[in-house]
Amino acid sequence: MTAIVEARALTKQVSSPEGTLTILDDVTLVIEAGEAVAIVGASGSGKSTLLGLLAGLDLPTSGRVLLDGCDLAGLDEDGRAALRARTLGFVFQSFQLLPSLTALENVMLPLELAGIAAARGEAQALLERVGLASRRGHYPHQLSGGEQQRVAIARAFATGPTLLLADEPTGNLDTRTGARIIDLLFELNAEQNTTLVLVTHDVQLAARCGRQLVLDAGRLV
Amino acid sequence: MGGALGFSARMLRRNLRAGELRVLMLALVIAVASVTSVGFFTDRVRRAMEHQASEMLAADRVVESTRPLRPEWRAAAKAAGLAQAETWSFRSVAMVGERLELTEVKAVDGGYPLRGALRIADAPYGTERTVTAGPAPGSAWLEPRLMQALDLRVGDRLLLGELSLSVGAVLAYEPDRGGEVFNIAPRLLMNLADVPATHLIQTGSLVTYRLLLAGSAPAMRRFQQAVRPSLGPADRSLGVRDARPELRAALERAERYLGLAALVSVLLASVAVATAAHRYARRELDGAAVMRCLGASQRFLTATFTLQLLWLGLVAAGLGIALGYGAHGLIAQFFGGLLAADLPQPSPMPAVFGLMTALVTLAGFALPPLLALRQVPPLRVLRRDLLPLPARAHVVYGSALTALAALMLWQSRDVLLAAVVLGGALATLGVLALAAGALVTALKALRRGGGMAWRFGLAALTRRARSTVAQVVAFGIGIMVLLVLTLVRTDLMDEWRDRLPPDAPNHFLVNVLPDQVEAMRDFFRAQGRAEPGFHPMVRGRLVAINEHEITAADYEDTRAQRLVRREFNLSWSAELPKGNAVASGHWWSAPSRGEWSVEEGLAQTLGIRLGDRLVFSVAGQRVAGHVASLRALDWDSFNVNFFVLGPPGLLDAYPASYISSFHLAPEDRPLLVELVRRFPNLTVIDVEALMTRVRDIMDRVSHAVQLVFAFTLAAGIAVLFAAVQASREERLREAAVLRTLGARTRDIFGALLVEFVVLGTLAGLLAAGAASVLAALLAGVVFDFGYSLNGWVWLVGAAGGALGVGLAGLAGTRSVLVQPPLWTLRRV
Repeated sequence: MTAIVEARALTKQVSSPEGTLTILDDVTLVIEAGEAVAIVGASGSGKSTLLGLLAGLDLPTSGRVLLDGCDLAGLDEDGRAALRARTLGFVFQSFQLLPSLTALENVMLPLELAGIAAARGEAQALLERVGLASRRGHYPHQLSGGEQQRVAIARAFATGPTLLLADEPTGNLDTRTGARIIDLLFELNAEQNTTLVLVTHDVQLAARCGRQLVLDAGRLV
Repeated sequence: MGGALGFSARMLRRNLRAGELRVLMLALVIAVASVTSVGFFTDRVRRAMEHQASEMLAADRVVESTRPLRPEWRAAAKAAGLAQAETWSFRSVAMVGERLELTEVKAVDGGYPLRGALRIADAPYGTERTVTAGPAPGSAWLEPRLMQALDLRVGDRLLLGELSLSVGAVLAYEPDRGGEVFNIAPRLLMNLADVPATHLIQTGSLVTYRLLLAGSAPAMRRFQQAVRPSLGPADRSLGVRDARPELRAALERAERYLGLAALVSVLLASVAVATAAHRYARRELDGAAVMRCLGASQRFLTATFTLQLLWLGLVAAGLGIALGYGAHGLIAQFFGGLLAADLPQPSPMPAVFGLMTALVTLAGFALPPLLALRQVPPLRVLRRDLLPLPARAHVVYGSALTALAALMLWQSRDVLLAAVVLGGALATLGVLALAAGALVTALKALRRGGGMAWRFGLAALTRRARSTVAQVVAFGIGIMVLLVLTLVRTDLMDEWRDRLPPDAPNHFLVNVLPDQVEAMRDFFRAQGRAEPGFHPMVRGRLVAINEHEITAADYEDTRAQRLVRREFNLSWSAELPKGNAVASGHWWSAPSRGEWSVEEGLAQTLGIRLGDRLVFSVAGQRVAGHVASLRALDWDSFNVNFFVLGPPGLLDAYPASYISSFHLAPEDRPLLVELVRRFPNLTVIDVEALMTRVRDIMDRVSHAVQLVFAFTLAAGIAVLFAAVQASREERLREAAVLRTLGARTRDIFGALLVEFVVLGTLAGLLAAGAASVLAALLAGVVFDFGYSLNGWVWLVGAAGGALGVGLAGLAGTRSVLVQPPLWTLRRV
């Protein structure tokens, strides 16, 4: 087993009017290839901050993150972006589809950013896989929440990432739709042999993951 | 970067299709159309003038002299390989039986004309045909006026000096006929070979000799170099650039000021571009964060947004140039009849300027907010509250000002003028914005009264006060210009005409011979009319001021140069003429020699002061005197006025003709026919015909200017649409909340109606105020009379603004009315 992502003594502090606020406190963890890990905890426990640090979207106050063997501290913002393009896929609570692009174009976006010539064909295949082939010409505002999240999942898997990060993927969906989304996420994860890290406070969802990391006031418990 | 090229193009296509950037595109198209419509028009006129300038000389270059042409000039022209022709011009009397007629004779050799063509006919105003050479020896071609005056038909004979010539044709058009209105006797064109036989040219005869030349530019330069040392003060070498300087100056002015007027539209369109770009940048925040998250580098985002704007600029410029090309045709049509019938095709320069306008506007107004997007923190995908650092204010305003200055500079090609106009435009906009701001603030007080629609409509305006001010100013300028060019212009003209006394002279009589004055007085008396005053007139050229011999080169002002080159009409009078007032110095009380009285405006132009010694060359003699007085004249009186007067005795010895003016009611025109029959050498000038012509020209020019400012109004609509678009989500949410609270479509419609009608009314009021100030300035400075404000300006301005802006605003916000509230609340 090889480590896909590794955090060593991660601490994140922000300054606030009330003084320095510690959001993450000395978090150390290792996630192996092929694992499905849920990060759970109450609101404000630091789940999303941890996810952002693991993805290199933000920098820790102290500590290190190793993503696919690369030390993020040694990379500049554009270097981290390039690493994300190679390694990561994202699914967000608020879907984050670009409103001026159609469903198909949203899925094509990471492929185009990676300079893949056959972007359209691959994106079409993925849309078909998530059951939205007939909606490919629709804009996000013409799709329901569940449909939007399926497009987002297709987008996340488009570049064949080694690590998929999901931030509350069912947070904006009703229970039944959320369950279907989770099924889809795990199916694709299995098919593509991706490592899955998801942040949630949905107990059912967390239970389907092989391992649960519980955050409480910025510390792993 | 290579990836960004294609990606940016696809992103632009997707954004345009999704309706983003449409307003930005619209504003750019208007800006480009506005500058290119003026550009295409002036470009074609300039090309026509450059092309026709040769025709105005009937050559590429003319060497003109009051002495016979030197043989070495002809030799130099031959050596340089230039085509050449020779013409002699002089005045003489043509005779048929008992009839005499003063004519401007032009004798031409077989080469004339080198450029352009003559048109002749078999009867006055008959069917014309084009010929490329002048009359054969033994025949003469006469202007219709001369045919009628001498009662001649083609084939008849006339006597010129001692030579009998047959009338070969009626001369309908002569390319190099000058543009002088006064003192032009009708033309007689003859062959140069016939001149000796007339025995008219003696030593001392006043003849203008011209050597016409045509050929390549290098050949012309060789010729110029060869003859330059031998050109004396009596000789002038005229190139095509010297031809019709007044037309050239008019074109330059038109180019500059119409061009700068077009830039007003660009300025307003820029406001729309900036508004739309800021909204677009705000909406692209999440997209940029997602792209960063998906691995796009900052450089890639910079390239993507910059290239998107570049593609957008190219597309908008293409559309704008096409629209501008269409619109310039309308401008050309308004000027139809004032210009040559067929203008040459335009050069690509106006299109290049249109493209530059689009790109510079985008770079100055749209790029800064979009470039700020590359700084978006990728963590925003998880935390919506994170924003990129906004573009720094000095970067935003600095780039906008630089862009404007660059466009102004290019358009005016004059740093000072660009600075003055940019400063003036910004100051004017500032004043208008302050006035608009005051109006908007005043609205707050009005919010208390009225129903819900009234309160919501006004609230929308005052809450987005800055945007409201920008829109009021944009529409205000457009409406103001339309008001000035329609209502105020006709108002001013009517008022000026009403101020003329009803019996102001409307006809001038020129070329009255001294021995005809008494007979003419008798004629008027016999008709039972008041005798008009007859004023003697002697022609003289100003040659020296004090000890300084002056030439046109001493002056920079083109009017001064023209005055020095031409001969003045000098007159004398014992009394101060009617409508004249001594501004400084004294009027001579007794006949004295050696004094002048000069019109003060002329004195200023030529730098003449009281007490200066002026020397005029009259019929080859020098006549000197000191400036005893400067006079202020009432030019509007249409009485005969002279720039320079002497006391009786100073000029009596020189050959004079007389000039007179009188009023003739339309029903009395038969008197004119009788007068001309009795005194056929007279030149009668009909002032009303001239005035009609002037009015016609003003109408055409103002139509063209109106068209240019129609783009300003269109730019105002773009500003409105951009503002509506920027506030669209807010409006939708508001409307949805109102509806859930029970508001009906009618209520929301009412609020929108109030908002845009009030906006339009404010713009109309601002426009009417500005138009009134402008009218008062025009009346005071240009027309020199007090202007009484016209109430219609306010009514038309406010009503027009309310209607136009109201309709445009409702069109822009109709989605607010048709969107179901649930849909809105879920989406926005």
